[in-house]
Amino acid sequence: MRWVNIRPNRRAATLLGVLPLLLVLVVYLFASAARHAANPADKVLPTPAAMAAAMHGLLLDADPLSGQIIFWADTAASLERLGLGLGICTLSALLVGMVLGVLPAARATFGALVTTIAVIPPIALLPILFIVFGLGETAKVALIVIGITPFMIRDVAAHVAALPQEQLVKAQTLGASSWQLALRVALPQALPRLIAGLRLSLGPAWVYLISAEAIASDVGLGYRIFLVRRYLSMDIIIPYVVWISLLAIAMDFALAQLSRRAFVWAHQVDR
Amino acid sequence: MSALLAFDNVWLEYGDKIVLERVDLAIAERSFVSIVGPSGAGKSSFLRLVLGQEAASRGRILLDGKQLAAECGPDRGVVFQRYSVFPHLTVLRNVMFARECAKARFTGRLFGAARRRAAEEAEAMLAEVGLDDSLHLYAAQLSGGMQQRLAIAQALIARPRVLLLDEPFGALDPGIRQDMHRLILRLWEEHALTVLMVTHDITEAFKLGTRVLAFDKRRIDPHAPHRFGATAVYDLLLKNKLPIETPEVSVTGITIDRVGNNGQN
Repeated sequence: MRWVNIRPNRRAATLLGVLPLLLVLVVYLFASAARHAANPADKVLPTPAAMAAAMHGLLLDADPLSGQIIFWADTAASLERLGLGLGICTLSALLVGMVLGVLPAARATFGALVTTIAVIPPIALLPILFIVFGLGETAKVALIVIGITPFMIRDVAAHVAALPQEQLVKAQTLGASSWQLALRVALPQALPRLIAGLRLSLGPAWVYLISAEAIASDVGLGYRIFLVRRYLSMDIIIPYVVWISLLAIAMDFALAQLSRRAFVWAHQVDR
Repeated sequence: MSALLAFDNVWLEYGDKIVLERVDLAIAERSFVSIVGPSGAGKSSFLRLVLGQEAASRGRILLDGKQLAAECGPDRGVVFQRYSVFPHLTVLRNVMFARECAKARFTGRLFGAARRRAAEEAEAMLAEVGLDDSLHLYAAQLSGGMQQRLAIAQALIARPRVLLLDEPFGALDPGIRQDMHRLILRLWEEHALTVLMVTHDITEAFKLGTRVLAFDKRRIDPHAPHRFGATAVYDLLLKNKLPIETPEVSVTGITIDRVGNNGQN
């Protein structure tokens, strides 16, 4: 049998998917054990026990200065910034993307502007944002917004503009006005694409969040990682990175489920 | 019979390229006009003119004696070869769309009694095209033939003055196509429709039409082929197929404007 025709079934696929993850874990455990055998005070590859011990304090004991439990305070601060940023992005991408997609005149007027903004590397704007908005929350949220909104606007606008012309003509022969066309034909078909765009933007959004937190902050997951880096505290950095990954996977999964539940028609196999 | 749709020396030009020239036609109410011709002979441009997607560069097109607006409106219904249903709406909502647009200017949605009335009307229309057992499927889930049935029902509920079909059965299997021929002929008779159909299939054109128009170029300049446009070079009236005049039919006729349902448009 040719290799290209070997298709694992559901159970086998799940098993095969878990295998590399387990492998990475096992390799880490062996490497960590080997280093500790050579040097019991090794900090680069901490053992699971060392990580648990380091995280214990952050997870359970309140910080004497702020009275908060550090790990949860970091998580809440980061998620708040990310949520605000993604929320603003999604709403503005939907609004602007719809206008650009539905109205050719708006596309002709503002398309080039959006494209120009989209090619600016957002991190290069971070100093400007810090100067304009100060070092507070606004600058961090603004970085996420500036970083991913242009991409999402272009994605939604391109998708709406690419709706078959036949559909738009048909709607007009059924008496639809521009507003009804946008509301009943374009908007429902833009929403699944918006969610898909948001899922793709989660990765960049985390990058911008952690960058902003690393440079100027006093709480947050990214801030904590860059703070403890000075003490070579891999026993804190690694659990934080794993936690960030889990949060990202959970968000992606939730968005995928939302799209599948809310837009059944968009997930049909094409005939 | 009165001329429902009249073309008065209509030209369509893009720059110095002439697509259609000197089109002079009068299309009678209740006729079924098939339009055939080779690719690039302006069949689809002709249909786009009637649809209002394009404006004639010279001449006039009159619908009911009034100049046609160069923007599609509910006085013209259309079924394309593909993509003429809304994949994100159920079969029933697809057909209710025209009513919702007419009655809910801002929300585009009906509620309560008005919604029930629109749904009943849509169900009756869907029963006529044989989709009454698929009301709650999404249009994206339908087969090609069912999508075309839906597209026809969707167009007819808006009670257009003229129904335009752009190769409506071109993408269907031969068996399904025969079913669709029976369906469209039945609807044409029962609802006293006026139909303009563009097709590649000559047999289909003669089987369905009461009048066959063949579009082609009258002359060709080998050095500048784009300088002569196409027009209706053959115009065959198939007399034996004219619809039988039955008085009770014309009252309920969809494309016959006895109730003034297209007056506001």
